[in-house]
Amino acid sequence: MDLIQYIPRLLGGLVVSLQLTVIAVVCGYILGLFFALGSTSRRKAIRWSAIAFVEIGRGIPALVLLYMVYFGLPAFGLLLSNFTAAACALIINTAAYSAEIIRAGIKSVPSGQLEASQALGISPTATFINIILPQGLRSSIPALMGLAIMMFQATSLAYTISVNELMSQGYQVSMITFEYLNVYALTGLVYALVAVPSTWLSIAVERRLSRGVSVSV
Amino acid sequence: MGDAFRTVLLGLPMTLVVTASAFTIGILLGFPVMLGLRSRYAPVRLAFRVAVDIVRGVPPIVWLFLIFFGVQFGAIRMNALTAAIVGLGLVASAYLAEIYRGGFQVLPAGQHEAAAALGIGRYNTFINILTPQAFRTVLPSITNYLLSLIKDSSIASTIGVADMVLLANQYARQNPDMAGIVPFLLAAIVYFIVSIPVALFARRLDSKVEGKR
Repeated sequence: MDLIQYIPRLLGGLVVSLQLTVIAVVCGYILGLFFALGSTSRRKAIRWSAIAFVEIGRGIPALVLLYMVYFGLPAFGLLLSNFTAAACALIINTAAYSAEIIRAGIKSVPSGQLEASQALGISPTATFINIILPQGLRSSIPALMGLAIMMFQATSLAYTISVNELMSQGYQVSMITFEYLNVYALTGLVYALVAVPSTWLSIAVERRLSRGVSVSV
Repeated sequence: MGDAFRTVLLGLPMTLVVTASAFTIGILLGFPVMLGLRSRYAPVRLAFRVAVDIVRGVPPIVWLFLIFFGVQFGAIRMNALTAAIVGLGLVASAYLAEIYRGGFQVLPAGQHEAAAALGIGRYNTFINILTPQAFRTVLPSITNYLLSLIKDSSIASTIGVADMVLLANQYARQNPDMAGIVPFLLAAIVYFIVSIPVALFARRLDSKVEGKR
């Protein structure tokens, strides 16, 4: 197995994959929070445009979204590097999915919380920011962790627009060595070594968070 | 524009074939995998758990490249379509097994006990009492998975399956005078339209399952 010498190269690709994941998750979740708030807005225009963004962002395959950003934006005079294009597409995707998760989290906060705050004379804004939102976000954490793992896997699509992430490195190494099976098995193993323990972690966090929370409302 | 739309539509049958075949493999193969995940024997359970986690932990695109470029029978390699169906079918089996498992998990133990009290055999209890109930619980999750599989089938284009995305990509490259976004936008619209019946079915199921509770 001479493949050992290519491991640093694959790990270099992994770093790029992780960078893309972090950018997509940080920017995507912040945007997602705004779209979640927008989709519960009382103003119809805001509500419907937020819902439309979320449904469109979730309905388009990630690969198509990637091509749309990569091939589409130059027409509007925006020339993006491959990395930036991939990051933009993944951010849109993450934002749409996380908006839906956060919205569901906020909705899951029992209405008794709202009524109790009203009875205590807490203003609607303070109620939302200090009471409803923290509880809603807390119950969204496991799903958001799952989404982060999903987005880490989705960064492999950036290979198609030749971003130098893990999948591209695997492809290039396979073209040098002609050991397709071994190289892709190794590439897959690197993905799995990140994704599988992360999944176990998210399950542990889910168990920990559900401790002490009564199931019936 | 009409030309681009016709080109993209030519890829629709391939998108549907890949989705339907991988889904069928997943629905069928997911069942025995679920049995492995719920085995009475801890080593079997552990082996299936690790296998399912690894299959789900590796991105589908890596599976497709591994199968398409890596697997050979003598000098014969699988064609792209077969490799895509096998790869996505493998991933679907792991996800659907996990969905099935969840369905059995939430069944009240009373069902099992009542069947035992009535003297119904283990096999009969499993097939005629537990499975239909579990299936009804997980049907919404299965349709949701189908929705994501329709979108994931686009990954088959990366190994050269001539689906909507591959044809859109070709069209965009061959017609640089047209805004590059157009063929992909058209493909996105077709994905939407294809998903609508499944999504409506899922919504109807959701309200039905809710009503039964």
